[in-house]
Amino acid sequence: MLISINWIKDFVDLNGIDIDELIHKFSLSTAEVENEIFYKGSDISGIVVAEIKSVEEHPTSKKLHLLKVDIGAGELVDVVCGAPNVRVGMKTAFAKLGAKIGEIEIAPRELAGFTSCGMCCSEKEIGISDDNSGIMDITDDVAVGTDLKEIYEIDDVIFEVDNKSLTNRPDLWGHYGIAREIATLAGRPLKPVDGVDLSAYDNLPKIDIKIEDTLCKRYSGIRFENITRKVSPVNMRIRLFYCGMRAINYLADLTNYLMLEMGQPMHAFDSRKVENIRVKRFEKPFQFKTLDDITRDIDENTLMICNGDTPVAIAGIMGGLDSEIVDDTTSLTLESANFDAVSIRKSSSRLGHRTDASMRYEKSLDPEMTTVAISRFVKLLSQYDEGVKVTSSLTDEYAVKFDKVTLSFDKKFVDRYTGIEISNDTIVATLTALGFGVTLDGDNFTVEVPSWRATKDVTLKADIIEEITRIYGYDNFDVNTVATPLYPVRMFAEKSVEEQIKDILVKRFSLHEVHSYIWAYADEYKKLGIEVEENIKLCGAANPNIETIRRSLIPNQLCQLKINTSYAPQFGIFEIAHVIDGVDENNLCCERKNLGITLFSKTESLETLYFRMTNMLAVMVDDIKHKAISYNAVAADHGYVHPKNYNEIICDGKVIGKIGLLYPTVQKKIDKKGNVVFAELDIDAIVNIENAGIKYAETSKFPSIEVDLTFLSDKYAPIKNAIEEVNSELIKNVSVVDIYNDEAGKAITIRISFVHAERTLTKDEVMEIADKIIAILKNQGIALKG
Amino acid sequence: MDEQIVQLRAQFEEKLAAVTAVAELEEIRVGFLGKNGSVTGLMKEMGKLSSDEKKAFGQKVNELKNFCTEKISEKQSELARLEMEREINSMPEFDVAMPAETKRGSYHPITLVQRKCENIFRSMGFAVEDYSEVVTDYECFEALNIPKFHPARDMQDTYYLENGQLLKSHTSAAQNAIYKKYKDALINEGKPIRAIFPGRCFRNESTDACHENTFFQMEGVMVDKNISISNLIFFMKTMLSEVFEKDIKVRLRPGFFPFVEPGFELDISCLICGGDGCPSCKHSGWLELCPCGMIHPNVLIEGGIDPEEYTGFAFGLGLTRLAMMKYGIKDIRDLNGADLVNLDQFTDDK
Repeated sequence: MLISINWIKDFVDLNGIDIDELIHKFSLSTAEVENEIFYKGSDISGIVVAEIKSVEEHPTSKKLHLLKVDIGAGELVDVVCGAPNVRVGMKTAFAKLGAKIGEIEIAPRELAGFTSCGMCCSEKEIGISDDNSGIMDITDDVAVGTDLKEIYEIDDVIFEVDNKSLTNRPDLWGHYGIAREIATLAGRPLKPVDGVDLSAYDNLPKIDIKIEDTLCKRYSGIRFENITRKVSPVNMRIRLFYCGMRAINYLADLTNYLMLEMGQPMHAFDSRKVENIRVKRFEKPFQFKTLDDITRDIDENTLMICNGDTPVAIAGIMGGLDSEIVDDTTSLTLESANFDAVSIRKSSSRLGHRTDASMRYEKSLDPEMTTVAISRFVKLLSQYDEGVKVTSSLTDEYAVKFDKVTLSFDKKFVDRYTGIEISNDTIVATLTALGFGVTLDGDNFTVEVPSWRATKDVTLKADIIEEITRIYGYDNFDVNTVATPLYPVRMFAEKSVEEQIKDILVKRFSLHEVHSYIWAYADEYKKLGIEVEENIKLCGAANPNIETIRRSLIPNQLCQLKINTSYAPQFGIFEIAHVIDGVDENNLCCERKNLGITLFSKTESLETLYFRMTNMLAVMVDDIKHKAISYNAVAADHGYVHPKNYNEIICDGKVIGKIGLLYPTVQKKIDKKGNVVFAELDIDAIVNIENAGIKYAETSKFPSIEVDLTFLSDKYAPIKNAIEEVNSELIKNVSVVDIYNDEAGKAITIRISFVHAERTLTKDEVMEIADKIIAILKNQGIALKG
Repeated sequence: MDEQIVQLRAQFEEKLAAVTAVAELEEIRVGFLGKNGSVTGLMKEMGKLSSDEKKAFGQKVNELKNFCTEKISEKQSELARLEMEREINSMPEFDVAMPAETKRGSYHPITLVQRKCENIFRSMGFAVEDYSEVVTDYECFEALNIPKFHPARDMQDTYYLENGQLLKSHTSAAQNAIYKKYKDALINEGKPIRAIFPGRCFRNESTDACHENTFFQMEGVMVDKNISISNLIFFMKTMLSEVFEKDIKVRLRPGFFPFVEPGFELDISCLICGGDGCPSCKHSGWLELCPCGMIHPNVLIEGGIDPEEYTGFAFGLGLTRLAMMKYGIKDIRDLNGADLVNLDQFTDDK
């Protein structure tokens, strides 16, 4: 919202006050002010009122006229002017030689063979409106030669308040409310609203107004006749223009002026179209043409203003075309009403139509303001159009009164909240200046909240704290730490496991951590031939490609691999993030946190890459939980998974994740020559593994004996199981030293090292254990070689 | 016989002088002093001499023997020294200007910034909490004093799911659960609530270089008997100075957020110009950084805490924004973009 300092000065004396400093203070204490402040008129000088004494056609140009212009003190100058509206006797704005308009300094100028000594200006040229259709037509009775700035408010300081920061301040949607803040900040008194005493019209007939719906809280109206003025006074038009509104006609301008001044939206109906006022909703939807000539669909929730059963306006949003003020309107019915904020907000968003009025109503305006605004309207209307006659008494239907809010608190409460000392005197002075009624008894305050703050903004004691502290100024606060007992803060297990995983994967295995979105990348999946897995969906996402929530991190990660295939011949990525596994029996999402890892290689075989992954997982689980993992082959459960080598990852007998390869077509779509291995683990499952801890064993001082055994076996698992079955304390370490194929088939050579803590072992006792292993395997048909 | 000794000695000296390798030296040693060596051979001839002659001759042979042994040993040291010299001289000078192999893994920039913030808060006694991404309407809005008609609840801002739950639109959605988790310790044991909860948030909006529908925030709360605005300013200033590793000036302006009262917008002195005004702070000298405020009494009540007895502050820090500021990331979409050419630059940053 744009604020004019001239307008503020109507209500507060700002003499001797640094305006820039004041605006800065306002931004720190009240609401956010946009960075740029506009110094209107500062680039305009030397513009005077001039009278056109004669007009001659230019001999050759069809557009240009040759004027003699009286610029005051009997001085006549020759001017070449292209404006279409020049006429003898017309008074206009004239830039004398030496005058400045923006960057331009006016100098004598040759125009089509004639010298022009100055320039007649349009309103747009001097920056007071966007009218550039002709030169300014000054109809006010002003002396020729007078500097324009002496008669019109061309000089002004305009600043813009961020509307978002006024969301909770219905009182700041007009200059008067802003003036109250500024008066408080400047320590100057706020002048009362200058209106007329409406009781003078009490003996006139009332308007027939009936509120038939509780969504209308108050409806005040008054009627006028004999309105003759069509164009608003220049100063009013300048203020409207500076504050971002276009002048339309006198009556429309006046309602807008009142809205910008008091924050109260008003609507003027042509009295010929509005005999009575009914405020209600309709049971059935219908169409209605608003004054912007657009036909809108009205539903049963939209509150309407009606003449009998004929709708004439959408309450609080916009008037109807049919009852609009037109050129021959001379009598009007003025609406100054108050509607339910939520209803207006909903209707306006349903209609997709947000207006200056609805924007204000949805903030919960002060219902006490309707009649104050009418009294001010009457004052201004008759001030500029003396023949106007009021033809009704003030008709005021006040259906829902606001709740008076009274708050009690003591000094201690303020001290506790602020942490600093603010004196009782300061508190009283601040609240009083802001319009609160304050009584102080000892250290106890009783505060009555003014109507303009009581609709929703100030309802609790804590709200009063804000009023006191923001005016006191946060820059003036002493800054103190707290005095509270200290307790150790432990890192939660989930957190520390996540951090460990990240460190291991990044530092030890050189993987890259990535982030991906929580939904399936449907478009990208299509390119890889991956089906989106059925899962809970989003409703009405702005981006239509965003719909289904992911159940797994892997498909998104495959899309991320795809964009990185030329990054390096071999790399890996991982992410720790949330997935949703459908909903539970209470219809709530089952959310889990997973670790997804994918490895890509153009140089290593799938098998090598696979074992790179299992090695990584083994190190990770061993580092974090000091436990080993094993695998259990399962059937592929997704289309993108290769049917072979899909394994559950098992620790302590529990499944903690899966590892697998891609279905060949999917892998080829990622990269023709690249191999991919993926693994996905459940973070909670890893967290829940019991930590075996570091088990320190003193090293034996006696020599170890190593035995190499070669078995003819396709798989290592039976060998591993046989060793575990024998379960000898003497076995210190087992390693695979060779795997090879010969005519007898695949052979695996293991090296078992035996050691005893207290003595030297004999070959015989070691072989006894080895023989047990050999025997177990022999029973399973696995032979010892050689 | 004496002549023989002189001859042998000359012979030895001549041969020794020509030696260049340890192997040759060994040959000489064997040739002169070995079992069948020339010097040893002289000894054998002693039998032919008279006992007087024997004594004198033996002495001379011994002298020769000692002489040879000593010379061989000297030569051995000399050869070892030369060998070492050769080895050292044969060592090439390495070309240290060759580019180093620096391929290594990388953390997501959010991880780096988040770790930094977490460490700062942990050092000040705050617990680091984690929270789900799908939340209920109650958690995200109602418990936070966000009434039914507040714009933040409109469909265009929040991602609602089919079951009526939603993707959390701010980390404040965890506040209620945090209060409930810690309120008993607060009330019964007098342990103040100090917690931060970083997390991913979602807003249903179109994306561009400055807007993302998925981003990270970090919420912090502190509740105790006498927590004040003055404390809030202290913590924000201290925390932000730690985050940016320099003394930061902060200022508060009124800001409206339904879950705090009073609510503030916190600005920090511009990191680029230090407050003098420059293009990156639009010449104001300040950057709007984080919303904060005193926790609204209704929010405390929903969390089971009596606002008459306890007060607290809350703040929200945009981790995504912080990461972008810290590393000069211009396009917010790069963070979720997974382009490793961008991301692999974020190695550890402690």
